[in-house]
Amino acid sequence: MELLLQREKKTFKHGIHPDDYKHFTRHLSIERMPFVDEYVLPLSQHAGAPSRPLVKLGERVYRGQLIAEPAAFVSAALHAPVTGVVKAIEPREHPGGRMVEAIVIERDPYSPQTLVNEHPIDWESLSPAELLEMIRLGGFVGLGGAAFPTHVKYAVPEGKHARFFFVNAAECEPFLTTDYRIMLERYPDIFLGIRVILKILGSEKAFIGVEDNKWDAIELLREQLPSDLPCEVIPLETKYPQGAEKMLIEAVLHREVPSGRLPIDVEVVVNNVGTVASIGQMFKYNQPLIERVVTVTGPGIQRPANLLVPIGTRLTDVIAYCGGMKENVRQVLFGGPMMGMPQRSLEVPILKGTSGVLFLTEYEVVPRQEYPCIHCMKCVDACPMYLNPSLLGMLARVRRYDDMLEHYIMDCIECGSCSYVCPSNIPLVQRFRVAKALLREKMAREKAAKA
Amino acid sequence: MDVATAIGFIAALSVFLAISLAIANSKLKVQEDPRIGRVEEMLPGANCGACGFPGCRAFAENVVAGKVLPGQCPVGGPETARIVAEYLGVDAGQTVKKVARLLCAGSRDVAPQIAEYDGYPSCRAAAAVTGGFKGCVYGCLGLGDCVESCTFDAMFMAPNGLPMIDVEKCTGCGDCVRACPKGILELYPISQHLIVQCKSLLAGDEALAVCEVACTGCGICAADAPEGLILMKNNLPIVQQDKLNLETELATLRCPTGAITWVDGQQFPEWFQQWKTEKQEAKTSRVV
Repeated sequence: MELLLQREKKTFKHGIHPDDYKHFTRHLSIERMPFVDEYVLPLSQHAGAPSRPLVKLGERVYRGQLIAEPAAFVSAALHAPVTGVVKAIEPREHPGGRMVEAIVIERDPYSPQTLVNEHPIDWESLSPAELLEMIRLGGFVGLGGAAFPTHVKYAVPEGKHARFFFVNAAECEPFLTTDYRIMLERYPDIFLGIRVILKILGSEKAFIGVEDNKWDAIELLREQLPSDLPCEVIPLETKYPQGAEKMLIEAVLHREVPSGRLPIDVEVVVNNVGTVASIGQMFKYNQPLIERVVTVTGPGIQRPANLLVPIGTRLTDVIAYCGGMKENVRQVLFGGPMMGMPQRSLEVPILKGTSGVLFLTEYEVVPRQEYPCIHCMKCVDACPMYLNPSLLGMLARVRRYDDMLEHYIMDCIECGSCSYVCPSNIPLVQRFRVAKALLREKMAREKAAKA
Repeated sequence: MDVATAIGFIAALSVFLAISLAIANSKLKVQEDPRIGRVEEMLPGANCGACGFPGCRAFAENVVAGKVLPGQCPVGGPETARIVAEYLGVDAGQTVKKVARLLCAGSRDVAPQIAEYDGYPSCRAAAAVTGGFKGCVYGCLGLGDCVESCTFDAMFMAPNGLPMIDVEKCTGCGDCVRACPKGILELYPISQHLIVQCKSLLAGDEALAVCEVACTGCGICAADAPEGLILMKNNLPIVQQDKLNLETELATLRCPTGAITWVDGQQFPEWFQQWKTEKQEAKTSRVV
């Protein structure tokens, strides 16, 4: 009976079941990529204001040194991933498609590349406020993809309390195995990270949510879980988008985040497992966020791998290390196939929020003809936010954006489930993204006009 | 008998209701300035919102209330402003005719694509996917969001992938300026001749690598122009709006790429003429 209970899987309503394609890299342990000659660190790698640079041209910087400070409350610090010299501070290509001011560091080939000031931190003697400040200056952002500054999540507003802390290890995107390998290889860091975060938030319990296609990770975490840590490993059904924070909360706590609100409104803070592990490393070695695990995968790359790369490594260097691309590559994505960002240039750097690099070939990327909506309502059954993508899609088609607002377009999490199931190949999410961007602009204009 | 009662009842009821309506009409009358309706009739009636008010009616109310001057309607232009001002007996206000200018000359043959885009054909959507498919991240994507947004049929998409703006039809309402995700459409006074047809912040060979007609940021135009007319900022020449009286064609003569141009009315005049006639011919042949 107990065994049966242990295998009980939780989930949310709606969602889709894409093939997971994790076989490319799930058996490969994390390997450290050798240092390359040049690193490009855009000052805007996170949600919020760009960081303010603290170094000058030609200055020598050390691995782990603070090179840019957060310029606002919602902003993040930036650290040198290698010892070397600041070669340029100029606009460089950003995976988001803009030219963004970036610090370019040329590696010192003779440096041993050790971490500056490496030592364990006695976190138990520090107060929550001091720990929060360390995380703020450590440059931590959500490593799942959205890159939202972590310290902002932990700064719980007055009158609210984070009763539960969620470690999001669902990794529902097909192809990616970053979080899976971190759980298998770095679980002590995860547990240390949870301890520190529980102290900052004052939460009573932590949950680690893992999809059941990673059952060995669930078992390992359960075995290794320290008995004094108020934490529970929750197996989740393998379903997309299980890793969206609202879906995760719904699956585990059966609480729904109200429209337009944040998880903190239902007493929850959610973090990606990679973020938690790197916070654990911060307090183990005093290592800020200077490197991350990236899944380099897909049918279009010669040697798929789970790589530990310094932030700012250029994509061309990663491709060269993985044996190059196959000839029939048609699309290169940062992130997974569902929500990943296609890239137009191979010169872009790996950012803090880059969880994977996916190489798709001509067999996967097939242009598809769009047909009219046949009102089959498959998208309604798929939408995890209980929206009506069919109706919203028709409104978007005729540019009735204000009417879309009345149908809660702003609650769309852009997961892509509706586009995935649509038999008429309607690019629903793309239309919604346009609509949301225009509506946000319009709201900002109206706000400015009022003020 | 029954019929007579019914008819009598209905007649009495209608008389009663008519009287109450008549009383309501006189007692609850909303006094409205009749000039508002008159002014609204004089306005172009496009309800475009370019004046900053939601529609012509709201603008008329504000004009009559004396909160704004009639010249603030960019669509009507000086003529409408004069008529309204005469009717109301107020000052017409400053009216400078502004038109939308395309600050990019990177047509398909000079600014190549580096990626294929196979999604929803809208500039906004393409720009959201890592900035679009063009080599130059600042340049025109050519999918025509601006043309679609134009209320006055003043724009059309040229075969070379750039929108053409008909200055005679353009009213300067600014719809296309807001529609463009790259921000390469801007409203300029029609009297301004010097236009920098590039928004690339790159300099030198980097800029030329992605577009043959890009501004390289060399600063020759700023040096050739009269003192203070053109200032260089972020590798782009900025024509100072308050010194337009100094404008001279001299600034454009030594530009290595032709990024700064002397525009007299119509932008890209040869292309515009060529494709406009083609478009009209296509239209007439369809009718026939």
